[in-house]
Amino acid sequence: MALLRLSLKFAKPYWLFIVLVVVLQLASTIAALYLPSLNARIIDEGVATGDTDFIWSTGLTMLIVCLVQVVTAITAIFFGARAAMGVGRDLRRSIYSKVDELSALEVGKFGSATLITRNTNDVQQVQMLVLMTLNFMVSTPIMCIGGIIMALREDVGLSWLVWVSVPSLFVVVGILVFQLMPLFRRMQDQVDDINGVLREQITGIRVIRAFVREPFEADRYADANRALTETSVKVGNLFVLMFPAIMMILHLATAAVLWFGGQRVDAGQMEVGSLTAFLQYLLQILVAVMMGVFMMMMIPRAVVCAERISEVLSSTSSMVIPEGVEELPRRGELEFDSVTFGYPGAEVPVLENLSFTARPGTTTAIIGSTGAGKTTIVNLIPRLLDPQSGQVRIDGVPVNRFNRHQLAQLVGLVPQKPYLFSGTIGSNLRFGSEFATDAELWEALTTAQAADFVAAKPKQLEEGVAQGGTNFSGGQRQRLCIARALAAKPRIYVFDDSFSALDVATDARLREALFATTSESTVVVVAQRVSTIREADQIIVLDEGRIVGRGTHDELLETNPTYQEIVESQLTTEGVN
Amino acid sequence: MSDTATVTPDEVDEEYVPQGDEGDMFGGTPARKPKHFWPSVKRLLGLMRSEKVGLINVVLLVVGSVVLTVIAPKVLGRAMDIVYSGVIGSQLPADVSIDAIIAQARAAGRDDYADMLATADVVPGQGIDFTALGQIIIIVLLMYLVASMLMWAQGYILNALVMRVVYRLREDIERKINRLPLRYFDTRQRGDVMSRVTNDVDNIQQALQQAFAQLVQAALTIIGIGVMMFIVSWQLALLALIALPLSGIIAGVIGVRSQKLFKAQWKHTGEVNGHVEESFSGLDVVRAFGRDEVMLAEFDRRNDELFRASAGAQFVSGMIMPAMQFVSYLSYVLIAVAGGLKVASGQMTLGDATAFIQYSREFSQPISEMAGVANMLQSGVASAERTFELLDADEEEPDDAHESLPPRTPGRVEFSDVTFRYEEDSPLIEKVSFTADPGHTIAIVGPTGAGKTTLVNLVMRFYEISGGTISLDGVDIRDLTRADLRSHVGMVLQDAWLFEGTIRDNIRYGRLGASDEEVLDAARATMVDRFVRQLPDGYDTVIDQDSGSVSAGERQLITIARAFLADPSLLILDEATSSVDTRTEVLVQQAMAALRTDRTSFVIAHRLSTIRDADTILVMENGAIVEQGSHEELLATEGAYHRLYMSQFRGEDAEEQFAAEVLAEVDAESGVSAEETTGDEPIADAAVEIAREEEAKSAGS
Repeated sequence: MALLRLSLKFAKPYWLFIVLVVVLQLASTIAALYLPSLNARIIDEGVATGDTDFIWSTGLTMLIVCLVQVVTAITAIFFGARAAMGVGRDLRRSIYSKVDELSALEVGKFGSATLITRNTNDVQQVQMLVLMTLNFMVSTPIMCIGGIIMALREDVGLSWLVWVSVPSLFVVVGILVFQLMPLFRRMQDQVDDINGVLREQITGIRVIRAFVREPFEADRYADANRALTETSVKVGNLFVLMFPAIMMILHLATAAVLWFGGQRVDAGQMEVGSLTAFLQYLLQILVAVMMGVFMMMMIPRAVVCAERISEVLSSTSSMVIPEGVEELPRRGELEFDSVTFGYPGAEVPVLENLSFTARPGTTTAIIGSTGAGKTTIVNLIPRLLDPQSGQVRIDGVPVNRFNRHQLAQLVGLVPQKPYLFSGTIGSNLRFGSEFATDAELWEALTTAQAADFVAAKPKQLEEGVAQGGTNFSGGQRQRLCIARALAAKPRIYVFDDSFSALDVATDARLREALFATTSESTVVVVAQRVSTIREADQIIVLDEGRIVGRGTHDELLETNPTYQEIVESQLTTEGVN
Repeated sequence: MSDTATVTPDEVDEEYVPQGDEGDMFGGTPARKPKHFWPSVKRLLGLMRSEKVGLINVVLLVVGSVVLTVIAPKVLGRAMDIVYSGVIGSQLPADVSIDAIIAQARAAGRDDYADMLATADVVPGQGIDFTALGQIIIIVLLMYLVASMLMWAQGYILNALVMRVVYRLREDIERKINRLPLRYFDTRQRGDVMSRVTNDVDNIQQALQQAFAQLVQAALTIIGIGVMMFIVSWQLALLALIALPLSGIIAGVIGVRSQKLFKAQWKHTGEVNGHVEESFSGLDVVRAFGRDEVMLAEFDRRNDELFRASAGAQFVSGMIMPAMQFVSYLSYVLIAVAGGLKVASGQMTLGDATAFIQYSREFSQPISEMAGVANMLQSGVASAERTFELLDADEEEPDDAHESLPPRTPGRVEFSDVTFRYEEDSPLIEKVSFTADPGHTIAIVGPTGAGKTTLVNLVMRFYEISGGTISLDGVDIRDLTRADLRSHVGMVLQDAWLFEGTIRDNIRYGRLGASDEEVLDAARATMVDRFVRQLPDGYDTVIDQDSGSVSAGERQLITIARAFLADPSLLILDEATSSVDTRTEVLVQQAMAALRTDRTSFVIAHRLSTIRDADTILVMENGAIVEQGSHEELLATEGAYHRLYMSQFRGEDAEEQFAAEVLAEVDAESGVSAEETTGDEPIADAAVEIAREEEAKSAGS
């Protein structure tokens, strides 16, 4: 159902193409069906009476019919290809913009990996099915019905042969196909299994060798290999039945036409030419049925894909992006006002009734153990998430009044996972500030302690960046992400554990440089190391989604047990002796 | 070889591999061109050498079924003749002889009609000879029945045969992987090796299963039908053969164009997929920087390009079918006309003409089949080539063992003048000598790329040294089997590799025969038990590559438990520097400490505390040990270690001091002695530390 609804909806803009495809396929099928009938007339009226002129002129007609057939068929393919590929394009675009609309919450629920698959492989499957439908499945029923009409025109008396042979072919091929399909699926799973074992063997090769577990792994592999082979043999054995079975049905039908047709001819109820024509039509019908059944094999897979696509398209975003405000705030005072955030369905909210204010020119640090809700706070600021209750405000304006572009100008985020995009260093740094000059970029790089290694690259700012930034080390990526945020010159900086991959010395230099650059701005820092944040103007201690302490380092040390515990745990880490 | 860079688990996500369509019929992945086509084909066939008998049977069966299917239409044509003669005969007066009728026709100037009557086996006045017709139909049906059965038998045998061959090929590959030196994997991209052992083998299977049988059958059918057409009528056969070059040209022209267009389609597909992948994985960043519109515009541009490319590709490739059909219709028309003329003039019987039409129809099918098979075969051979490359790679030297060690040994390791190099002129380890005494901890420090990981890998014999000797308790490790040596060494690596299975099974990997109780003990000793108990499924929690149920730090703990259970004489640890939160980090440190107790340990150290506590510190630079000694000794010499300490560890030291001071203040206030908490004496027993940590925790909350 999902498949049908989805294809109908997305095929709608191409209705004209589709109508053309149907009309053209109709014409080409009629032309193809006309040929045996002409051939019958050659035999009955030309050959039997020795009328060579008639043979020649009918031959000419057949040639013209052939030309009509090929031209219409090819034109139909042209429109079919455009319509099907158009459906694919529109599907991809719809999914893409849908994902764009969804909030981080809904995207997280799907996971980006499956969204990628849905927008690539799944669309590909649906698009291919549409193409096959337009190219073959439209012509199959036309061929069947047309063939039957033409056959009946030749001789009604033999029509029972059609009613017997078509269903029996349908049944035989259908049974085989439907037995094959679950096996195919199982085989695919088993291929995944065996490849999974091999993948583990290669990624874990050191561990396997270190523990001398080669025999163990070999057993695991042999099991997977045996299972796969067994299924493949089963699939193969069913498959090799298919062609002989089809062949037998076709030839039985041929023999029956000759035997029963012969009797009708002998009784004078039918002409010889009609007999050959009837034979041709029956074979055409049967071949069309066979194609149709094979095409049906594609459907189950496409159905799954269509369901997965519909799931994305039908999800609604919990976040509405507004037009934006007239004028951007200038100061950048960030305020959390009784913010509560929880994942739908979760018993305990991630953040509960959180209030604090971060003022321009000050640094607010957030510390707490994993799962305390630090990253959630970070995500609320540029409105990647919306709170369930309460408000996040910038200079008194709730963040849900700004559009994304405006928020980007206000908030500079350095995410926990340093993600870079394919392109160049320059294109990445200009992510938040399209028109920044090279000098401005270098300035940002210098502050981020990244100027050295960028300058060492042969192409400097033009140096290529691989997808995800994998051609840079973790620490370098982190610094480039910091530079990216700096280049945008936002009012509020948000650093989400952005110094973790840096060695202590670089960390210290970076913080010093940052302090000078961001002295006018509002800075929010999430950190693991106490030393990173001890100079913060305000430290917020988070535990299980609640603020359990706030104040300066010294104040917290004296009064706050959670903070003391964190400091202590770091001591234990650094000095297990 | 250098120290593996620190990567967090979410960065080593399996690279996204776009899956092609099944089959190449709709323009799947572009076929790679094999480099040495024929040698690879020969070798591929060589894989089937042991299946010679089966193959001969297959070929015989194919020949049998093709011969029968090819002859059948000709026999069926006889049935047509009988019907036709019956029709003509019944129209003629029964009391006149056929010769008289022919003469009469000639007299009337209807020469063609007379010739036709002469060829057709007509008995005037007699209708269709149903006895003869029935016989022929039964004969034909029998022929087809036998042909179908032969075809089925052939397919059945071939299927089992191919699957056996592929099974063995997969087995060979797995064995090969276990015999390849680690160097093979170091010098190649993991994705490339992976695709050789997975995608390429699948491809070979497909090629063998489908292409082989089809190729033999199609080739034989083409030959058989060709021969039969010439037997029936050489003039018509020549006419039909015109279709051959015509379809060849059409297939060639369209094929070349569509190949190009498909390449473009795949390129654009890659670009769209890349963009989707990138913008979906970096969604938060895209949004936070307000780049949605720019990304969407870029997506639209690429999506449109893909649309244009694929509409073109699908159109051109879709043209092949109708174009080929046109050729086949064309030859049908030619044969119908020419055949009609010949039958009318008595040069041919109607049965032969219909047989011919059937032949000409069946002729075009194997031709277009061959084109598809050729494509599949080419890609299969390319895959075979890549797989053979893997199978041909140099293997590890076989074990040459004449010594063995008792299960538990003291664990004294001695390096003397050990040199190791991949390439002749660039040594990775240069003349390294040192001794590790039983029970001692050896910390290895040095900058990235100094050869720390390489050094410990040599102990495991992951690489063969080029000079010098390494001995374990007096036995040269080359005199032991690798299995014997490695069973004495435990290893905990930076990348916490676990297989897809339960936590219990993953721990038991360290000693397969261990009881549940022993697994539990190991888990307790290495802090695994504490977090496992919080999981809903406990020890039966399944670890898979991307599940979030177990964090990076916890994975690390499981690998430690695994090594603990193995209870090795010698231990190799690589201290992780990945960003796990500080509390888990504490646990990891403690677990490692527990593991080190009473064992000779090599630690690639990143933590000052570990280094300071080590019995010996080896300072490495450029593959050589530049200094060795204890922390104090090395600091005093103010050499390489001193420099390293100043640049890398001083901050850490300062931080630690800072934290200590802070706590001292706090404790002073709360009345606990600072001495007790910071603890100057090394505490060997991990349990004491756990207790202390617990205490601190309860004090904190």
